Amino acid sequence: MRLRLPARHSLVCQQAVELVTDYLEGALSRADHRRFEKHLARCTGCTEYLAQIRATIAIAGRVTPDDLTEQMRGEFIDLYRRWQHEGDAEDRGQ
Amino acid sequence: MLQAAQPDPDAPLLDRLRSGDEHAFVILVKRYRPTMLRLAAGYVPNHAIAEEVVQDAWLGFLRGLSRFEERSSVRTWLFRILINRARTAGVRERRSTAISDMTAAVDAARFDSAGNWLAPPEPWTDLIDDRLTAEKMAEAVRVAMVDLPLRQREVVTLRDIEGLSSADVCGVLEISEANQRVLLHRGRSRLRQRLESEFGRA
Repeated sequence: MRLRLPARHSLVCQQAVELVTDYLEGALSRADHRRFEKHLARCTGCTEYLAQIRATIAIAGRVTPDDLTEQMRGEFIDLYRRWQHEGDAEDRGQ
Repeated sequence: MLQAAQPDPDAPLLDRLRSGDEHAFVILVKRYRPTMLRLAAGYVPNHAIAEEVVQDAWLGFLRGLSRFEERSSVRTWLFRILINRARTAGVRERRSTAISDMTAAVDAARFDSAGNWLAPPEPWTDLIDDRLTAEKMAEAVRVAMVDLPLRQREVVTLRDIEGLSSADVCGVLEISEANQRVLLHRGRSRLRQRLESEFGRA
């Protein structure tokens, strides 16, 4: 998905949205980083897009683990006990 | 972004686990079982088998405890065991989605011929401050995750839900940083689109 950006040209929106992840990951070259931010500075659509990607990441971070039911808790404790009975000597490969 | 080395929050549990503390095991299971299930579900045909794979991975984890040298974090190691087991059990691993799923981040129809927005993103980010709406959004993301291609789902689950560093994700999935970024990009793009469709207002 690496875009071949023509040197010195400013970005258009369709290119900018493809750079968002590399931008957030700090993976853009210095020149692309500059061009990306230059584009953002004058583009409300892409600024909103970046904000939405950030919000999407924040929302994903809120996806909470499902709770363990009592029954499952019991099953896992059984599993643990089974392992303890195997003894430390056993050293199976994964 | 720099991936600062953080102390492993699970490290204190290791000694307790080794000395027979059942509660320590339950804490760990509570912490990681949901993510493990989500990961396993990508490889096997149904929930029951995913549960089996997860159980099997926990047993593998316990059996490997004496060998674990803490060169990686506990969860990285745990997820790696899980992925290995799931791949072995998986009857529908779709390797082809690894690189070939190359759709655009945003539908091309939303840009004009010069590549400028015709239909810019409809705003919704202000809504995340409302707790109830944010919960609905999290639910929408949870649902949308299921539709992501396997590799994208793995990367997004580990990075954005579980909060692993990119280096750890690459280690768990055995992929390059560049490949990881591509998958993350595709996955996040789709989730964003889903949130916009559901919560955006023109």
